[in-house]
Amino acid sequence: MSILVDKGTRLLVQGITGGEGSFHTQRCIEYGTKVVAGVTPGKGGNQILGVPVYNSVERAVAETEANASMVFVPPAFAADAIMEAIDVGVPLIVCITEGIPVMDMVKVNSYLKGKSTRLIGPNCPGVISPGKCKVGIMVGEIHLPGNVGVVSRSGTLTYDVVAQLTSLGIGQSTCVGIGGDALPGSTFVDVLKLFNADEDTEAVVLVGEIGGTFEQEAAEFIRDEMTKPVVAFVAGSTAPPGKRMGHAGAIITGTAGKASEKIKALSAAGAVIASNPAKVGLTTKRVLDGVST
Amino acid sequence: MSQFGIPVPRGKVASTPAEARAVAKEICGRVVVKAQVYAGGRGRAGGIKVADTPEEAGEIASRLLGTRLVTHQTGAEGVPISRVLVEEASEVHRELYISVLVDSTTRLPLMMASEAGGMEVEEVAQATPEKIFKVSIDPAVGFQPFQGRKLAYGMNLTGKQVAEATKLMTGLYQLFVTKDCSLAEINPLAVTADGRLLALDAKLNFDDNALFRHKDIQELHDEEQEEPLEVQACNWGINNYVKMDGNIGCMVNGAGLAMAVNDLIQYCGGSPANFLDIGTLNTTDRVVNAFRMFVADSRVKAVLVNIFGGMARVDVIAKGIVDAYQQIDIAFPVVVRLAGTNVDEGNRILSESGINFIKAKDFYDGAHKAVQAAKGQIK
Repeated sequence: MSILVDKGTRLLVQGITGGEGSFHTQRCIEYGTKVVAGVTPGKGGNQILGVPVYNSVERAVAETEANASMVFVPPAFAADAIMEAIDVGVPLIVCITEGIPVMDMVKVNSYLKGKSTRLIGPNCPGVISPGKCKVGIMVGEIHLPGNVGVVSRSGTLTYDVVAQLTSLGIGQSTCVGIGGDALPGSTFVDVLKLFNADEDTEAVVLVGEIGGTFEQEAAEFIRDEMTKPVVAFVAGSTAPPGKRMGHAGAIITGTAGKASEKIKALSAAGAVIASNPAKVGLTTKRVLDGVST
Repeated sequence: MSQFGIPVPRGKVASTPAEARAVAKEICGRVVVKAQVYAGGRGRAGGIKVADTPEEAGEIASRLLGTRLVTHQTGAEGVPISRVLVEEASEVHRELYISVLVDSTTRLPLMMASEAGGMEVEEVAQATPEKIFKVSIDPAVGFQPFQGRKLAYGMNLTGKQVAEATKLMTGLYQLFVTKDCSLAEINPLAVTADGRLLALDAKLNFDDNALFRHKDIQELHDEEQEEPLEVQACNWGINNYVKMDGNIGCMVNGAGLAMAVNDLIQYCGGSPANFLDIGTLNTTDRVVNAFRMFVADSRVKAVLVNIFGGMARVDVIAKGIVDAYQQIDIAFPVVVRLAGTNVDEGNRILSESGINFIKAKDFYDGAHKAVQAAKGQIK
């Protein structure tokens, strides 16, 4: 019924003792996520929110069998924290931190090669499988368990899209924020592959934006391999070229980075385009009704 | 660039005609006077001129300094010229192109080279893609000489120039990594009449996220080159503000949602005055400052506030809106759409405050009403 996180997820939180780390860990616990450990170097041996804190990821995993990590470490130290978790072989890392230098992420991506860890983010809201497990900072209450997968480069725009789906009674299998950076650990294609293989995901909503070519790569995958309908919205039709629109990766530097080019590619690949961001839910409903009748 | 062993013409920056004259005199010979601005396309726009004598260099400098340069990369207003670079003129035999950037597909640094220098690389990529050569760089081992040779031969360099180009490219890659660039581009890289390589013009973009570890780069920042409203926003703690062409001021939390709000305004027949991601810091001050921005922007005819609280708490934003009404004179209609964390409390604060605002029930309703308000159809 979901991808990446579920009832079997045993979460450790890197940077659990910081303000944001502890605040959102609390929210995850309230949602029902099994938070088994925290890691803050130098604070090992303490407890926070009833969760044991360790000095290293290695120790935390050895003691608690954690199988996923959520990273709240500040940007200057985040790449190191991610690599520490990769080194221990944590299967899933979700990095929330915004503002990690691009060259640091080049190193992280290079370090990831040939290893089995999957990285989601950085600069993302996280991953939620409604009703089962929340690893991230999204508002849990707006989600509804169901069969539509959501994958997005955005945070609050995803909340709006999810709220639209939920208000129409359309539940979600899993919602994945891949983040707004130029070098995300996982791309649309990586997540579409997982949704394609997940037997309980019936359709996918993809929320893209200007900058890079991730939407075009997604379009190729949709055209060649996707067996499920995809509804897509691409933000930034009105964005001027050369200006960074909030997200580090949201900058039009060439023709391919424009929203119109991405929409063209996705549409040609067979995705259903929602041209109005307030009607992504309705567009999805139409697609689902078409599929079932 | 010269710190990294990249050959550049002799020259100095001047901010007065007298200084420009002095630099030209020191160089002794023909010089080029170049407007120093944050934009490309200077040559075609008249921002680069050749002078045969120091007097002529001074005259060119006095014509450029204090004016604004409009290129295809700036807006119609252009950017101010407060400095010029005066450097030795070179006899250029060929113009080449070299750049380094991070390729988001391979997630590795990429060095590109082409013998079609002196023009936009995108144009070359479209017209003659076979003239562009690329190598991916493994960050663990860095740029390798064989990669330099591959690119050098690709640019049809021969003899000693191959080793010279390889050394130059190695330096450019080191500069890119050491200074956390997002783009390091030499265009044109000249082959001079006597066969030397010389970086005649360059563009370096720096990763905003890495500026914290580069004090020297931060100091190079020149606010005058930027849009005044964007500088003002930054000074008021609003880092994610981009000026746009319309008349509807927008305040949104989250970059994706802010872009989508702007798109939706256009979809509804209006036009946004700005992109503004208020971020997630929960203070009312930043909300008040956002309203100061709207007041400072004389084009603004209506404001749309669209908040989906997640990390940001809606009640804090609502309190900020009420504070803004109390602290500043707001003459334009304000449309507010609130959703998410603490939304009920937020709505209560707004309705009990007695301020005159237009309530929107959802995302679409908000954009629609803001467009109507900007046209004077609702107040």
